[in-house]
Amino acid sequence: MKLLVCISKAPDTTAKIEFKDNDSKFNSDGVQFIINPFDEWYALVRALEIKESQGGSVTIIHVGLAENDPIIRKALALGADDAVRINREATDALSVAEEIAAYAKDEQYDMILTGKETIDHNGSQLGGMIAELLELPSISLASKMDINGNSATLERDVQGGKEVIEIQTPFVLSASKGMAEARIPNMRGIMAARTRPLKVVEPIGQALYTKVNKYVLPVEKAECRYIDAENPSELWDLLKSEAKVL
Amino acid sequence: MSVLVYINNHGGNIHKNAFEAVAYGKAIADQTGTELYAALIGPADNAGDLGAYGALKVYHNNDGSFSNFDPSAITNALADIVAECSADIIVCSHDFSSKSIAPRLSARLKAGLVTGAVGLPNTQGSFSVTKAVYSGKAFAEIEILTDKKIICLLPNSIEFEKGEGSAEVIISSSSASSSGIQVKEIKKESTRLSLTEAELVVSAGRGLKGPENWGMIEKLAEKLGAATACSRPVADIDWRPHHEHVGQTGTVIRPNLYIAIGISGAIQHLAGVNGSKVIVVINTDPEAPFFKAADYGIIGDAFEVVPKLLDSAPTL
Repeated sequence: MKLLVCISKAPDTTAKIEFKDNDSKFNSDGVQFIINPFDEWYALVRALEIKESQGGSVTIIHVGLAENDPIIRKALALGADDAVRINREATDALSVAEEIAAYAKDEQYDMILTGKETIDHNGSQLGGMIAELLELPSISLASKMDINGNSATLERDVQGGKEVIEIQTPFVLSASKGMAEARIPNMRGIMAARTRPLKVVEPIGQALYTKVNKYVLPVEKAECRYIDAENPSELWDLLKSEAKVL
Repeated sequence: MSVLVYINNHGGNIHKNAFEAVAYGKAIADQTGTELYAALIGPADNAGDLGAYGALKVYHNNDGSFSNFDPSAITNALADIVAECSADIIVCSHDFSSKSIAPRLSARLKAGLVTGAVGLPNTQGSFSVTKAVYSGKAFAEIEILTDKKIICLLPNSIEFEKGEGSAEVIISSSSASSSGIQVKEIKKESTRLSLTEAELVVSAGRGLKGPENWGMIEKLAEKLGAATACSRPVADIDWRPHHEHVGQTGTVIRPNLYIAIGISGAIQHLAGVNGSKVIVVINTDPEAPFFKAADYGIIGDAFEVVPKLLDSAPTL
């Protein structure tokens, strides 16, 4: 099976969120960047498992500048065969989807995988957009997948439960928790990743559809009000009369 | 010119999130001096009720094949309705259904898309919408640069009330063109309420010491009419199902009330819940970081505090 996994860069989950240049840009000083966890833990690892059991290849695709090469190398160290970097800053989901679709349209992938969302912009947009541009079926928020020849059985989140569905390749999916278990690259993988091909492709350069004007941090919470553990029922009165949420 | 709200329903009554999206769409229509329509895909008992939240007309496509949730087929049907009512702003609730449909529609219409909006757009000069980013650790004001615009509203973001009136329901008949997705089985979760929709959530973590101790959490949630949630470690060691995991890499929620029991409040967990209006933290450790994010705190042992809370809790 020929698989394409889209990865995005995200600040580490413990990173302090601060902004600069009049609150128009994320302040990346001292911030460790990682592969977006949904892309790595679920989409990439499941793709690698499919390759290991069925044969085939896993290609990484990333839209970003050369400074992001370390996260692409990490994806290769986990076991991907090769990688493509489209040389453009990723600032808007639809323009990123158009770049990926333009590259993928002649490559005949059996499956294109993304994470369910990025942990920075929380868009949950890319997979569906790529699918529409390539006129492929799409499955969002998939938490389980079994492959049988050219047919896949997936579980996806729907209102108040899960749905089990069957679909033939090719298709696009966005992966959520449950799809696979996170892996740690081993030394052999890290060494091999250095020499695996990383192709840089120039962007088609489509104009943006959205842009960030500014960032705002949430207002600080007031001090916590403590309630006596011996007499906790006071909580219900406060939630009713003071907080007015009951 | 008009505003169109997309609603997906699977039989029975239309959900609260959809009414919220309609009320939000109505406010945008008033702001921009246009009318509000609704596109309802799938069976629903109370389509006319959408009028009570501001929809003038409801285009209802109830082709039986839509019971198979097929994003590309629904996108086709929705795009037909967008064209029919010349909609230039499309609104939906940021739920599982719009996460599948809105991106496809965005690519189809070349329309700028903002998901996870938390308030009304600013239409003075440029058109921008504020959305939650960094899993709730910040907000971003996003400008939509295209003529057609799509906005997905984070559930529980605006105050709204049911008004008067009933919408005219127009049967929309474009048929489903399947992309080959076949639904084999639907598994209902044991929790009665979906987490993103729940107004009250009771959540617990490793402080509970074992899965056998969740009885009191479930009872408390039941008495309050709340949904149950958990922290990541507890889902990872299978004490609780994955879908209950709230946090940065699980589900992000913003209920009116979040009660966290035996959860220390790691930054990743806080990111998933800090949109909650009121947070109550119960923990034995007075140094637990969660108290800094809490409105009300109880320093004490869950096994002593929760039974007392359960006895005195109001039945809702």
